[in-house]
Amino acid sequence: MISERDIIIWLNTLGMSGSKIEELKLWIKDLRLLWNIDPMIMRNSHRFREEQLDKLLHFRNVDFLDNILISLQKDNINVLTFLDKDYPGNLINIPDRPAILYYKGNFNAEDGLAIGIVGSRKATSYGKWACERFTRELAQMGITIISGLATGIDTHAHKTALESGGRTIGVLGNGLDIIYPKNNKNLYDEVARNGCVFSEFPLGTEPFYYNFPQRNRIISGLSIGVVVIEAKEKSGSLITAHHALEQGKDVFAVPGNINSIYSVGTNKLIKDGAIPLLCIDDILQEIYELQVSFIERKRNELDYSELSIDEAMIMKIIVDGPIHSDFIAIKTGMDISTVMSILTGLELKGMIKELAGRVFTIC
Amino acid sequence: MYSKIKTCVLQGLSGHIVEVEADLSRGLPVFNIVGLPDIAIKESKERVRTAIKNSGYEFPLNRITINLAPANLKKDGSQMDLSIAIGILSADGIIGIKDNSEIVFIGELSLDGKISPIDGALPMVISMRELNIKKCIIPFDNREECGIISDMEIIPVKNLNEVIDYLNGELILDSYKNEKIKIMENSEFSMDFSDIKGQEGLKRALEVAVAGNHNILIIGPPGSGKTMAARRLPTILPKLSFEEAVEVTKIYSVSGMLNSKSLITERPFRSPHHTASQVSIIGGGRIPRPGEVSLSHNGVLFLDELPEFQKNVLEVLRQPLEDGVVHISRINATLTYPAKFMFVASMNPCPCGFYGDPIHSCTCSQSSINRYLGRISNPLLDRIDIHIDVMPVEYEDLKVESNVETSAAIRSRVIRAQDIQIERYKNDKIYNNSQIPNKDIKKYCKLNNSSEKIIKNAFAKYKFSARTYNKLLKVARTIADLDSKEDIEDKHILEAIRYRTLDKKYWG
Repeated sequence: MISERDIIIWLNTLGMSGSKIEELKLWIKDLRLLWNIDPMIMRNSHRFREEQLDKLLHFRNVDFLDNILISLQKDNINVLTFLDKDYPGNLINIPDRPAILYYKGNFNAEDGLAIGIVGSRKATSYGKWACERFTRELAQMGITIISGLATGIDTHAHKTALESGGRTIGVLGNGLDIIYPKNNKNLYDEVARNGCVFSEFPLGTEPFYYNFPQRNRIISGLSIGVVVIEAKEKSGSLITAHHALEQGKDVFAVPGNINSIYSVGTNKLIKDGAIPLLCIDDILQEIYELQVSFIERKRNELDYSELSIDEAMIMKIIVDGPIHSDFIAIKTGMDISTVMSILTGLELKGMIKELAGRVFTIC
Repeated sequence: MYSKIKTCVLQGLSGHIVEVEADLSRGLPVFNIVGLPDIAIKESKERVRTAIKNSGYEFPLNRITINLAPANLKKDGSQMDLSIAIGILSADGIIGIKDNSEIVFIGELSLDGKISPIDGALPMVISMRELNIKKCIIPFDNREECGIISDMEIIPVKNLNEVIDYLNGELILDSYKNEKIKIMENSEFSMDFSDIKGQEGLKRALEVAVAGNHNILIIGPPGSGKTMAARRLPTILPKLSFEEAVEVTKIYSVSGMLNSKSLITERPFRSPHHTASQVSIIGGGRIPRPGEVSLSHNGVLFLDELPEFQKNVLEVLRQPLEDGVVHISRINATLTYPAKFMFVASMNPCPCGFYGDPIHSCTCSQSSINRYLGRISNPLLDRIDIHIDVMPVEYEDLKVESNVETSAAIRSRVIRAQDIQIERYKNDKIYNNSQIPNKDIKKYCKLNNSSEKIIKNAFAKYKFSARTYNKLLKVARTIADLDSKEDIEDKHILEAIRYRTLDKKYWG
């Protein structure tokens, strides 16, 4: 029995774009009808170009479809379509979303908390350093790192995320059965094992240069914010940043020397309003979801055993959200001088920090 | 036909003995005063001549020469009238006893022979006591302030005739003792700290500041209660000791601000407006007079809206804040006035006032905020021991009737801490923790190992300056005193650090 998903795979393999497939879905309501529908109706609907229609009718046979499904199964490749419940939440509302995603590995709910890290293929040592630093800090917080499995910054981002024990997702500009660049074979497998590898391109698609801008919109789409580590004046990373802005995601750029051609793009992004990324707090402050999840995670991780009873009591109040020292005194019933000294002690231990006006929060 | 009479001139707060020599000799009747007199003394010729005549005596028709010795000391002030008149009368033989070298005469004459009050009588009398003079004749209206000196004969006189009769033994005048003076334990105030709802942190910081006489800077948006709290400071200030009261009274006496009070028994609270000039803050004039820093000696100098003061005015505060005295140099004199005051300042965090306010949005640009904060220089900030920022109290909290402490309760703790300090420093000529000289810090502010470690960590984290280290220890000492603890404990040093983290946030 042919399912709607199978039809989507079939359409995608025949080169139908995501938006076209969604348009057909709206028109015909049930995509399965396409398998049996009268060619005349298809032609008269004016929804297909002539050569497209010929291709559809030519390949409208069970053998062809079975071949595709068998090779997918053989390569352990799964499929997510826009009809599925577990279609990535971050992608649902982006313009021109992919109708189908092939993936290897596993994609789960926590991957919704993801930051895209992109940059030039030719990375300078500064770029590598910045990439490693931010990736490590994000990965250690349990944030999924998304990148493009290309050479340079992408490779560094994936590697660092894996080394830090975090999850990472690679998005390809070619079919999942093709490894490009070739020497990233090990990394590809590693990413598939500790996260997943996505592609919207049917099996066998070569890494054509025009695939990559399209791929980039998925990188930004899957993320809740995009970090551009290094970018030349004309760089694919800037396309990713552009997509991110279109999709309403935050763009962070690592500033560089103004005489470095590898930072022209990022510096320009900053000039155009991207958030300069100087430390990890810049990301945390900007993205509410991260803040919340971060506090949530911190709360679970907090080790109260090292603290005195009073310290623990105050700490438990502060993890509920930023609070003024006077209110801590009221809530705990301690006098203000005791509260002040305990707060300083906690701050020196690096567990809390002071916002403006004696308001304290965990850090 | 020669006589020698002692009187006194002031330089700053210290008095010097001046010998008035009078000589009557034959010749055309002229009246000369030599020995660096200033205009007020030259004019005294006319007052002396008329006062003697109107007291019923004949002004001698001789060549009169008055010499003020030592001749190299510049003399000013109208308090020499009396001594010049007595000198002339002695030389003329109207006053029988020639040896008046044990008595110092202070007083200004009016034309009818009355003796008018003078400014600075108290510091003159106190200096005379230090110079081993046993008897002073002073204007009647200055008796209340001078009467506080108990181990000296203070003879208040109303007019020239009384003095003449007294010296001739025809009239007996008793030495005046001011019995009424006592330092008031409790003063009445129309304001109280319990008027302030919430703001426990600010109140605590003020309590610590007052207990150890530490300088404090309050930062907060308008309406957060900065000025309200600062204005209530006098209600929790500890009592003045007698020695402190005398120091304060001397300064007010020199400034002519005593208003017939005998002794100033409350700590001064001065809050000059932000249009104040350098000279009005520090002191000055042709003959330098005490400025606000000296008038608030042993009390509080409160500068509201600190960045609104001219920058040069703020910078001149640095030296008195550090040294506790102010040296003023003018052509005529170089004077030193004491200036050990508690510096209290309040300010907004930005020109519009709402930077960091949770409710109102700040309309200032970052550069204008920086410029505003930049008016307070780092050296000045460094000299302020306690920094505290305040947020406006939300309406909901204003309604809460929690048990708010009264000024009396806070003051009793402050006084207890102050008593501990006075006892500790009784051999050191200082009164409180903020005055501990750097060399004695190790002695009075001992830290145990864990406190040392805390301070070390805090230095690494907050990047304090070396001066801050000493300030921290002094504040911690005060907090320990408030806690009635012999040694500084961890929690004391931790609270002290809390009051030093603010400058990094705004100025860092």
